Amino acid sequence: MNIVEKILARGAGKSSVSPDDVVFAKVDKVMMHDVSGPGVIKVFDKLKKQGISVDKLWDASKVWVAEDHFVPSAEKASAENIVKLSNFTKNYGIEKHFKYGMGQYGICHTISHEEAMVMPGDVYVGGDSHTNTTGALGAFACGLGHTDIAYVLLNGQIWFKVPETYYFKLNGKLPDHVMAKDLILKIIGEIGNDGGAYRTMQFGGSGIDEMSVESRLTLCNMTTEAGAKNGIVEPDQKVVDYLTQRGATNFNLVKGDEDAEYSKVFEFESSEMEPTIAKPFSPDNTCIVREAPSVELDKSYIGSCTGAKYEDLEAAAKILKGRKVKIRTEVLPAAISIYQRAMENGLLKIFLDAGVTVGPPTCGACCGAHMGVLAKDEICISTTNRNFPGRMGHVESQTYLSSPLVAAASAVTGKITDPRDLE
Amino acid sequence: MKGNVIKYDRDNIDTDVIIPGQYLKVHDYAELATHAMEGLDPDFHSKVKEGDFILSGKNFGSGSSREHAPIALSHSGIKAVLALSFARIFYRNSVDGAFLLPIEIGQDAYDGISDGDELDIDISTNEIQNITKNQTYKMKPFSEIIGKIIAAGGLFKYKPDQD
Repeated sequence: MNIVEKILARGAGKSSVSPDDVVFAKVDKVMMHDVSGPGVIKVFDKLKKQGISVDKLWDASKVWVAEDHFVPSAEKASAENIVKLSNFTKNYGIEKHFKYGMGQYGICHTISHEEAMVMPGDVYVGGDSHTNTTGALGAFACGLGHTDIAYVLLNGQIWFKVPETYYFKLNGKLPDHVMAKDLILKIIGEIGNDGGAYRTMQFGGSGIDEMSVESRLTLCNMTTEAGAKNGIVEPDQKVVDYLTQRGATNFNLVKGDEDAEYSKVFEFESSEMEPTIAKPFSPDNTCIVREAPSVELDKSYIGSCTGAKYEDLEAAAKILKGRKVKIRTEVLPAAISIYQRAMENGLLKIFLDAGVTVGPPTCGACCGAHMGVLAKDEICISTTNRNFPGRMGHVESQTYLSSPLVAAASAVTGKITDPRDLE
Repeated sequence: MKGNVIKYDRDNIDTDVIIPGQYLKVHDYAELATHAMEGLDPDFHSKVKEGDFILSGKNFGSGSSREHAPIALSHSGIKAVLALSFARIFYRNSVDGAFLLPIEIGQDAYDGISDGDELDIDISTNEIQNITKNQTYKMKPFSEIIGKIIAAGGLFKYKPDQD
């Protein structure tokens, strides 16, 4: 069996599983946030009316909650949702609730690794499509909707069709000025935005061995944009070290067998990658930056679970150090712990000196909700994950997806810029 | 199950256009319905009727996991979405929450059915009858688990232990 089959077999209490088997798997961790949480509460209300008991969760210690999409609250409905969520976690005894304005909080997928909420070998489900991110730690990490999360909260298990696995063998270290974001955009450009649909996208090879945990998180995060059920990397010493630094102990490093089967193997020469973007209006509409259209940008956005981890901010700071931005530029660290490290290590000063506005962790602008949405006809380069029509604001705005290096270089010139071409 | 078709002749209708991000804070189902398809078709709310079907191309419902998407369509009156293929979270949200039927069709049905056509869909025989054009197409049968959850009326009413 491969790693995903092993994790799901253990979850289902079976000695083995194969692709297309339908199993009910026990869940180790479950996450909801200030959009899916109130959605789950609504499902609970419906169940009560149908006479189904919602008095007790299966295990409150396995549930954690993030406030990320609509913080800070821009209007009343968002503020009410935060109150609802707080009442829910209090009533059900959920202790791991990362609250805005109370120390560590941030984007749910970032909290998952910054706070070591998810461990290698876990069956982890979250009420958000980019739950795939956390597969980089060696967990089966999969996004679900409100009804399914409510079901997990009450029953501790959920059905899965065991996915086929596509294995992406990455050869060699990424060149300077090229990041995991460039590589995953290249991959999505090749396989298409449903090229991984219903499947696992597993990454391995020397390219992964050379890659930091945070870069692997970027790869797995974007598997959602190829339609994948989950993304995953087999855990190694780097993952153990990363999680140990964040307080984790007791590791169960599940790996695939020598004779593990994959339904398809793809090979990518990571050592030959170039800075890459996705043009509007789909993450698979890719080209290399040096062939990008010549457009006048209005904004550069460095934020989100995809592109505002510490490593991402460090990359942007490398470009922005001693330079000035030419267009509206925002940096929003994805969690308070990252914000704090950016302060301690002088990155915030670099950003502020360059003219950048630094904001609090939030999903706000990435999903077009608040905190810097785009006006009609505005064009943005962004380290986020999707660029559908209207995704970051007005339906006639445009978003180009890029790495933090490209977003920072473009902020300096006002045009889509390869960091290698910056003077 | 009879109804009329609203056809969107395109692929990759994502959940951001089905219900834009600014409405994710809304959890009132009737209010969500007033914003359904707003990112693609601002006239949708005024033209949709109870019992209608949506017909579209491949990868319907891609992107965000927001359950608001099937909720907004369902509470607009949509009983089924017919598509060449579906993104996985939209598909399972539609079924597990018993909001609407996600029906996978072939190219013959996609090409044959026009906007406004009246259909009669029978999931017991996997047949789609086009009453307007007097044609019949096959739908892709639901997998075993999906069929059972639909028959039960959603995931919470499905009892896996009784299989």
